Amino acid sequence: MAGFVIRRVLGGIVILWLISVITFLLFFLVPKVLGSNPAILFAGRSPSEAAVAGVTKKLGLDQPIVVQYWHFLAGIFTGRHFDAGPDKTWCPPPCFGYSFKNSEPVWQEITRALPVTISLALGAAVLFLLIGVGIGILSALRRGSVVDRAAMTVALGAVSLPVYFTGLVLLLLVSYQWRIFPNIHYVAFLDNPLLWARNLLPAWIVLAFLYSAMYARLTRASMLDVLGEDYIRTARAKGLPERTVVGKHALRSALTPVVTIFGLDLGSLLGGAVLTETTFGFRGLGKTSIEAISTGDLPTILGVTIFAAGFVVLANILVDVFYAVVDPRVRPT
Amino acid sequence: MAVPVQLEPTNLTPGPPAVKPVAGRSLWRIAWSRLRKDKVALASAAFVILVVLVAIFAPVLTSIVGVNPDEPNYGLLDPNTALPAGSFGGMSSHHPFGVEPLSGRDVFARVVYGARISLLVASLATLLSVVLGTVMGLISGYVGGWIGGLIARLMDLLLAFPLLLFAIAIVAVIPDSAFGLNGNTLRLFILVFIIGFFSWPYIGRIVRGQVLSLKEKDFVAAARGTGAGSIRIMMQELLPNLVAPILVYTTLLIPTNILFEAALSYLGVGVKPPTSSWGDMLSTAAGGLFRVDPTFMVVPGVAIFLTVLAFNLLGDALRDAFDPRGGG
Repeated sequence: MAGFVIRRVLGGIVILWLISVITFLLFFLVPKVLGSNPAILFAGRSPSEAAVAGVTKKLGLDQPIVVQYWHFLAGIFTGRHFDAGPDKTWCPPPCFGYSFKNSEPVWQEITRALPVTISLALGAAVLFLLIGVGIGILSALRRGSVVDRAAMTVALGAVSLPVYFTGLVLLLLVSYQWRIFPNIHYVAFLDNPLLWARNLLPAWIVLAFLYSAMYARLTRASMLDVLGEDYIRTARAKGLPERTVVGKHALRSALTPVVTIFGLDLGSLLGGAVLTETTFGFRGLGKTSIEAISTGDLPTILGVTIFAAGFVVLANILVDVFYAVVDPRVRPT
Repeated sequence: MAVPVQLEPTNLTPGPPAVKPVAGRSLWRIAWSRLRKDKVALASAAFVILVVLVAIFAPVLTSIVGVNPDEPNYGLLDPNTALPAGSFGGMSSHHPFGVEPLSGRDVFARVVYGARISLLVASLATLLSVVLGTVMGLISGYVGGWIGGLIARLMDLLLAFPLLLFAIAIVAVIPDSAFGLNGNTLRLFILVFIIGFFSWPYIGRIVRGQVLSLKEKDFVAAARGTGAGSIRIMMQELLPNLVAPILVYTTLLIPTNILFEAALSYLGVGVKPPTSSWGDMLSTAAGGLFRVDPTFMVVPGVAIFLTVLAFNLLGDALRDAFDPRGGG
């Protein structure tokens, strides 16, 4: 078991490293190949010639790409100096780059955005797990009933709706027409937990509406598969009460794939629910990245993307380990 | 004495009428007979065809209605607010879906032209991912070994990736002209490439799963016995058996890709105005206009919803029709 975990963690680190290489190449090599100067991109929209020269020197863009990558990688662990003559900038570890646009380390932007994204993702996750899995189980147990068909129709509609459209409609109704949630903005949990929850609730609902639908469909399909298995028939034939058959025998294996998908979804939500954050104006990781695009702040996009990828890889590892704990058949791989 | 009990002879001798319907019941024929009875499937297929026709004949359609997607109509706006005069976003017999706030451009024409971008990007991207996914899925499932394992891990990773963030990052570093293309032509090309590249694992995973079970079947062993090479087995033995699942998941991938394109346009990294796209219209509305002119937000939103829903319904129906466990 320990060996398995160690192998998965090492594998995850390799993948993370590969992602950082690919992302780095994307930002430094693609512009070069396509004939634009990364220094111009990094200095922000239409900078002066002196600024471009300064950024080139500061970022070491005149050095070979391997050296540049090494500096970036080392910076995450040891911090990094961006110096050009008298102009000195210190980016403390973990240095995910330095935003010359905002004159602050990217890590600072990440730590500012992270609580917003985590609040959004975790709140929505609690809602959609309860609702989605609940409806899915119910639908599977009453297959073909009115409840099942109604739930699955709504679910199919929900997965066909873009979150930003649902979000805008909800905002229009609850925030502007009925004024139940006026003036939605992010409030830190520690400042005012009630206001935190109240302002996040519409966004949670929008995300949970979509994800509940996906989880209801997934849980239902998985549950129906399991209920058709021989061991369930055996359990019923033994005369076990339906409660035990469903609750103890079926649920355990039916929920395993759900948990896998949940881990991955949570990782990707923590990497930034870009559309929801943009629609509701919450400055999480996703919106930070989008804003960085409109201001041409490439170090921020690079840093946030690599950081978000880290979440996904971490989620992948956790899911694998969880899987190995629950399902002994996976372990030997 | 071994004289058998006389049974009803019709049950013993398989006469031609009893065999005939069985002989013709291939997977495709069963699926078709199921689909024909499925009213929801037929309705959604009709809607999909309608949207495709609307997209193809957008210029004809708009000229029949007498509207133009780019022509401003300042006369139709309230001079004080720059919002459409009249209720429901300025709906009228000339402008069935109303006009755009600030410019007065016809919303119907813009939605119709938006369908072109949406379907063009989604279908080309889907084509790319189906080709990539089938090839990678075949290799991963049939060849197996460390290459197969590596491809499988890659698919898992890509499926879980924060795609939008990555797509945004790619669009951000691509200059305004490259590969001899520029402007929206280049953007369309990039959109197709990004969406296609990130969504091939959907198909790849399905193909891999099917190949893993198919390759253990006797007909593959028989083909190998006759000396068929790996490539021939993959192309001639396995691929024909994969057409049905690939068709089903292609139908389900198109709506995903429509949503992907709309999301990128919504985030401002899709095609650029004045070319209209559904995501961009919603993005304009999201800037604050949706509060004062909800119609302008509802029309493109409903266009996305209905199109995606029709494809999803059709895909679900196809999946049920091809499901060997299904009844009928």
